[in-house]
Amino acid sequence: MNKIVSKEYFSANVIKFEVEAPLIAKSRKAGHFVMVKVGLKGERIPLTIADADLQKGTITLVVQKMGVSSSKLCALEAGEYITDMVGPLGKATHIENFGTVVCACGGVGTAPMLPIVAALKKAGNRVITVIAARTKDLIILEEQMRLHSDEVMVMTDDGSYGTKGLVTNGVESVINREKVDLCVTIGPAIMMKFVSQLTKKYEVPTLASLNTIMVDGTGMCGACRVSVGGKTKFVCVDGPEFDAHKVDFDEMLMRLGGYKDIEREENEQYQSTLNK
Amino acid sequence: MNHSEERALAWREELRKAMKAKERTDIPRVHMPELNAEYRSHSRLEEVNLGLSAEQAMNEAKRCLDCANPTCMLGCPVGIDIPRFVKNIERGDFQEAAKTLKETSALPAVCGRVCPQEKQCEGQCIHLKMKKEAVAVGHLERFAADYERESGNISVPQVAEANNIKIAAVGSGPAGLAFAGDMAKLGYEVVVFEALHEIGGVLKYGIPEFRLPNEIVDVEIQNLQSMGVHFVTNCVVGKTITIKDLEDDGFKGIFVASGAGLPRFMDIKGENLVGVMSSNEYLTRVNLMDAANPDSDTPVFKGKKVAIIGGGNTAMDSVRTARRLGAERAMIVYRRSEEEMPARLEEVKHAKEEGIDFLTLHNPIEYIGNEQGRVTHMLLQVMQLGEPDASGRRSPVEIPGKTELIEVDEVVVSVGVSPNPLIPQSVEGLEVTKWGTVVVNNDTMQSAVPIIFAGGDIVRGGATVILAMGDGRRAAKSMDEWIKSNA
Repeated sequence: MNKIVSKEYFSANVIKFEVEAPLIAKSRKAGHFVMVKVGLKGERIPLTIADADLQKGTITLVVQKMGVSSSKLCALEAGEYITDMVGPLGKATHIENFGTVVCACGGVGTAPMLPIVAALKKAGNRVITVIAARTKDLIILEEQMRLHSDEVMVMTDDGSYGTKGLVTNGVESVINREKVDLCVTIGPAIMMKFVSQLTKKYEVPTLASLNTIMVDGTGMCGACRVSVGGKTKFVCVDGPEFDAHKVDFDEMLMRLGGYKDIEREENEQYQSTLNK
Repeated sequence: MNHSEERALAWREELRKAMKAKERTDIPRVHMPELNAEYRSHSRLEEVNLGLSAEQAMNEAKRCLDCANPTCMLGCPVGIDIPRFVKNIERGDFQEAAKTLKETSALPAVCGRVCPQEKQCEGQCIHLKMKKEAVAVGHLERFAADYERESGNISVPQVAEANNIKIAAVGSGPAGLAFAGDMAKLGYEVVVFEALHEIGGVLKYGIPEFRLPNEIVDVEIQNLQSMGVHFVTNCVVGKTITIKDLEDDGFKGIFVASGAGLPRFMDIKGENLVGVMSSNEYLTRVNLMDAANPDSDTPVFKGKKVAIIGGGNTAMDSVRTARRLGAERAMIVYRRSEEEMPARLEEVKHAKEEGIDFLTLHNPIEYIGNEQGRVTHMLLQVMQLGEPDASGRRSPVEIPGKTELIEVDEVVVSVGVSPNPLIPQSVEGLEVTKWGTVVVNNDTMQSAVPIIFAGGDIVRGGATVILAMGDGRRAAKSMDEWIKSNA
């Protein structure tokens, strides 16, 4: 049982939680994730850790309401408890001074990017962060990103804030302007696929942090497997970060959609019980 | 008292004399009462084996000749005094029978259900030499353990005076539980760390309820708790806390029993299609996450044409689960013949009764999917048996050009697991084989890092509940000696 210390709405559907987890706060590094389960019959879902406060013994999670499990989590209030949480899991991001790094993130992917941006900056990199979202309201953590980045570029699909365009437009403009040594991307799989295609064209090494379906998250079930360079890898123990240019994103997208029908049904049921 | 001293007791002698050996061997072996096959193939949770009645058990116990040199005991990885518990059943002292079991086995109700008895105790029974069926030791073990549990009068093993020495078990599966029980008896302060949200390891996430009800595992766990064992769930040693943290915290010995890890796949085309998964994933969804229950948030495919690849116990558990979740055709695809199947005989028998198709001498070479990436067919290579291989079993050889295309909407790959990589990755100085198993001294279970002992699948790579328990017990004994010699 982990107590929720604070809850903050970034937007109607994107929520930031600070959760008591002193051991995880102490051992986590940028790139790590936790498995979270709400309720006795809850599902175990992976969430990347966005931040930690050693003094308070808390970690920060940013959650987007999508299906049943994330909705149940988002319905919890400060003072309530998350039934089960375990971590930190996965391999931490490899941090060193690469030179100039572009961090391209979209949607809630911005949250797990924050500790990576901070760590890269601390290691002496020039960090240019590109935050993208559909519209202004969905841009999150801009101020915090500015604290740790040399430059922050905001992109919106509808042009309601920052520059009108996709994350790839932002990344491409940086690559055209200066030498980029590394790109890190976190966001929806389809976004990472296009970032990867772009940086491959320019031969900029790229890391993608993958968020696949998991059951246990500790290297047991294999639900999270992806093809990287033609080999099957397990996101939970071999990842979550991989050389984006070697990831088979089409296969990953296909596997992510595997339970779509069952999930839609379950979500409709859940929403209808809420409305009663 | 050792076995022969026990055997010399008056009551044992009296029982032996009460019946002639010929009369005993003439009694036919008991049949385990079970649920109707058609009914149970749609009942997800109800246990198939119903257990023996007291009368059946006492009658079966009469079959045992109470040998002077009981070979059955040689077949038991934890050295249960089999004749003593069986003879206690024969004389009607079921509590004493249960107590006998508990002297050496931490989980008798579990072992009575899941041990491969035909390869262990029953495989060495004297009856087999006389061309008779072995005494049903497994059924009797289950009977005694169930009797005690249901009587509500569960004996908690005696615990030595607390020595205030803290020791840890990593993993709460059969190895960790057996270890914890023995160390608690010796007076140690035992903390068991479990990565998942439930205690029990493979007994919970792997073995289905129709074969091993969760309730039975929970009673065994409560038993350990009443002996003073502490359990910490949601804690991954090597991640949440390190071995070093445990040492700093005053733990004087650590038993790593983190179990099986990464599922093995066959590296064939189409294996990452939607609907193709490992048996670990399939069984974890259904057992640990209760995914087939409408109240559960975890989804699971309920395929109509389901193929399970493999011939072990996990494959049988998976295929029988698929049948219970509504598969019209549930198939075992196994590359050797039935004779070489590693699964327990009873599981194969039950599976057949439940209408499972056995495609033996078939091996998948490709999975084919539709536009959404969902599996729709499997291509099987037809095999034949060749010369015996390293395992002593006749090796499967392809019949060139002979293949079959079979419709499926779900495939569960059950061809084994590699050890869990988390501890080997996180502990410096630990000696690890190329398969990822932890290297230990076979007698003491101690690793290259003296404070760390290890056992179960993390050492064996994939074995049985009882072998894991045997490892736990040996590790407990030698860790106790090691700690005392260091003091």
